[in-house]
Amino acid sequence: MKKAWLLAAAAAFALTGAAEARTLKWGAAREIASLDPYSFGETFTLSVLNHVYEGLVRYTGDLKIEPALAESWETVSPTVWRFKLRQGVKFHNGDPFTADDVLASLARVSHPDSPLKGNLPAYKSSRKIDAYTVDIEVEAPYPLLLNDLTNIFIFDKKWLEANNATMPTDVGKGIKGYATDNANGTGPFIVESRRPDARTVFVKNGGWWDKPKHNIDKIEFTPIASSSTRVAALLSGEIDFTNVAPLQDLPRLQSSPDVKVLQTNELRSVFFGFNMRDKPFESDVKDKNPFKDIRVREALYRAIDIDAVQKRAMRGLSRNTGALVAPAIPGYEPSQDVRLPFDLNGAKKLLADAGYPNGFSFQINCQSDALTNEEEFCQAVAAMWARAGLKPNLNMAPRAQQSPKRVKGDFDVFSFGWANEPMIDAYSLLVQVIHTKSGTAGVFNWGNWGDAKIDALIDKAGVELDTPKRIALMQEALKLLKEQHLFIPLHQQPMAWATRSTITATVQASDNKPRLWLTVMK
Amino acid sequence: MPAFLLKRLLNAAGVMLAVAFLAFLIFRFVGDPVDLMLNEQASQQQRDELRVRLGLDKGFVMQFATFVGNAARGDFGISYRNQQDVFTLISERFPATFELVLVATFLSLALGIPLGVYTAIRRDSLLAKALQFVSVLGVSLPSFALGILFILVFSVSLQWLPAFGRGEVVQLGWWSTGFLTPSGRKALILPGITLSLFQITLVMRLVRAEMLETMRTDFIRFARARGLPARAIHFGHALRNCLMPVITVTGLQIGNLIAFALVTETVFQWPGMGMLFVQAVTFVDIPVMAAYLIVVSFIFVTLNTLVDLTYAWVDPRLREDALSGGANAR
Repeated sequence: MKKAWLLAAAAAFALTGAAEARTLKWGAAREIASLDPYSFGETFTLSVLNHVYEGLVRYTGDLKIEPALAESWETVSPTVWRFKLRQGVKFHNGDPFTADDVLASLARVSHPDSPLKGNLPAYKSSRKIDAYTVDIEVEAPYPLLLNDLTNIFIFDKKWLEANNATMPTDVGKGIKGYATDNANGTGPFIVESRRPDARTVFVKNGGWWDKPKHNIDKIEFTPIASSSTRVAALLSGEIDFTNVAPLQDLPRLQSSPDVKVLQTNELRSVFFGFNMRDKPFESDVKDKNPFKDIRVREALYRAIDIDAVQKRAMRGLSRNTGALVAPAIPGYEPSQDVRLPFDLNGAKKLLADAGYPNGFSFQINCQSDALTNEEEFCQAVAAMWARAGLKPNLNMAPRAQQSPKRVKGDFDVFSFGWANEPMIDAYSLLVQVIHTKSGTAGVFNWGNWGDAKIDALIDKAGVELDTPKRIALMQEALKLLKEQHLFIPLHQQPMAWATRSTITATVQASDNKPRLWLTVMK
Repeated sequence: MPAFLLKRLLNAAGVMLAVAFLAFLIFRFVGDPVDLMLNEQASQQQRDELRVRLGLDKGFVMQFATFVGNAARGDFGISYRNQQDVFTLISERFPATFELVLVATFLSLALGIPLGVYTAIRRDSLLAKALQFVSVLGVSLPSFALGILFILVFSVSLQWLPAFGRGEVVQLGWWSTGFLTPSGRKALILPGITLSLFQITLVMRLVRAEMLETMRTDFIRFARARGLPARAIHFGHALRNCLMPVITVTGLQIGNLIAFALVTETVFQWPGMGMLFVQAVTFVDIPVMAAYLIVVSFIFVTLNTLVDLTYAWVDPRLREDALSGGANAR
């Protein structure tokens, strides 16, 4: 990986006479899948690669969209967006950034075999107007193009062509790519070396177009899968920063004078969903599905003592919620964020009214390795439902095994988390989960819930370009959901970072993405 | 000899085919990779298309036949997770695991043999009794607990040794080694000891038992009667006769060490094959899992064969058997 221009960058950097290189050692919980941002649509991988590659637009530290490689944009027609590109931007190898690079990148990401195709769902085509102007056409009026583009990073066309990497990698055909192990972006950091599972080194890009808010010269990224080892490495000073501080170790970390814990809540909201098919999956009620009765759903809701769940299962770190989306998500409405109060007797009475004075049995499908402390909160809630006279059977297994059962509808109640990533908009939840299965919508509608009224609102919101109107439509849909108790909201997941005192400032947003270009060290 | 080798090779191929078949049976219960490969925004159509492209819609027999056919040509496919050639992934990780196992094996022999001899000769001394007791602990303490304990003491409290990783490595062709840099050697210590502790106690107890056995034989008594010095008797006569089972066990254990290094590797974030496998399991990365199992079983089979050959070389009586394929290292 010795590259002439990298040496040149290093030499230039040496000439600036930096007294000592500030190195930030980052210990992550897992390795990034690849250096190719189009090879694996995983939020974490993309967030690391965002230090090297950039999109036309990006999120600020408080999750607002701002210009990045595009300076401005306008809609020419309901289905055509025109982007004015930033001039004078250079890739890490010195190639200038122009409209051709945008076209080549969009062609690569929207290729039928591209693993990241789903991140740009409405894309139809793009046209070059001049060297710094690009038109992007979408299939139908689509309000969320900018949100999608935050995750579509721009490659250097010349570099792709020179290294025979214009096509995306493809597992199906066994196509590997040069971009998997090599990188050339426009971002604030340059990949210097990479050893998978051991260390990936990024150095500062002195020629970055943006005014750096950070003062880091070098990032050493190391995955440390074992959480106890990660904590130990932070305590011993072998790493300066981790974006996954294990919840059970937070007190231990907080007690160390050299370590600072940054704890907040994620965008991911956690709730229980119901199987709404005609017959239950595994129950002693055979002739009908009890969950189709709103009184039963409400009883289950009221039987949950959320404060006990928060205190015991979530170590007091989760945020109780009455809404299905987190406060930072467009579509959130504070008045919907009110829970039904915990009321055990009320729950028993509702069950009796619905015709189940002695309760009934049903299966809860939970995963052992997906959501934060999922086993703990599933067990806690199952015990609470048992107290209300029900007979829940908890079915617990790793995500890879539970997913197929969920897709088939082999469950009565299931735990579910939705972050609305990468869109950061309630439309993601509404179209993927809430909408009835039809066409591309309702992929995660595993329990046949929903109705025509809610669908109509979602469909309208999907093509409404006026933001306030669009958000009102989404809030209306979420309100109907809430009134029917189709889901039982629990909490927003806790997330925790930890830094050593060498780091003086960092920006932690609820999308849980480290943005080290906003981080300052001593 | 050629007949013996051919028989061995056929054996090995049979074993590996069986391993591949069992692995494939297990993969059916590992879960669904498609769900983990696409993010929340992928549509149902994209999910189905991917399933077809990966060949997951075909029957079990078809999938297995395709895999064996490709594997016979040396093509293990590419990883579901990062679209890299699986064989390259494994060969990149192999040096790390191998060096760790090498250190652990060296430690087990360098410490296990002297300790075994000592506890056999000074059977009744207090130190020998204490060593015996500690060795029971060594056998029963799980390596992840031991690893964490080491990290707490030597990395967090004393700050002598690194808690994770290989330090700086030097690239020699396709091989990466940590032996040539100070930080690389330092990084080998904790995981090396963690991995070898069980092995040390095993060698020690084995040597002790064999020594006690040998010391009671006639030829040792005659050697004593001839007035040979104790050292010559212990190390020249007795120990030499004990080494046979030690060679066997060490040889066979190298395979075990490679396979079980994955716990130690996970604790110390050691970028070896075990780490790769553990991650592959989390992501249902079937090509990587399959290739790993094939590679590890290949190592086992090779070591078994080598142990057999060494046996035949050390003990002339076995050569006749070995040629007729009747010898089995146990």
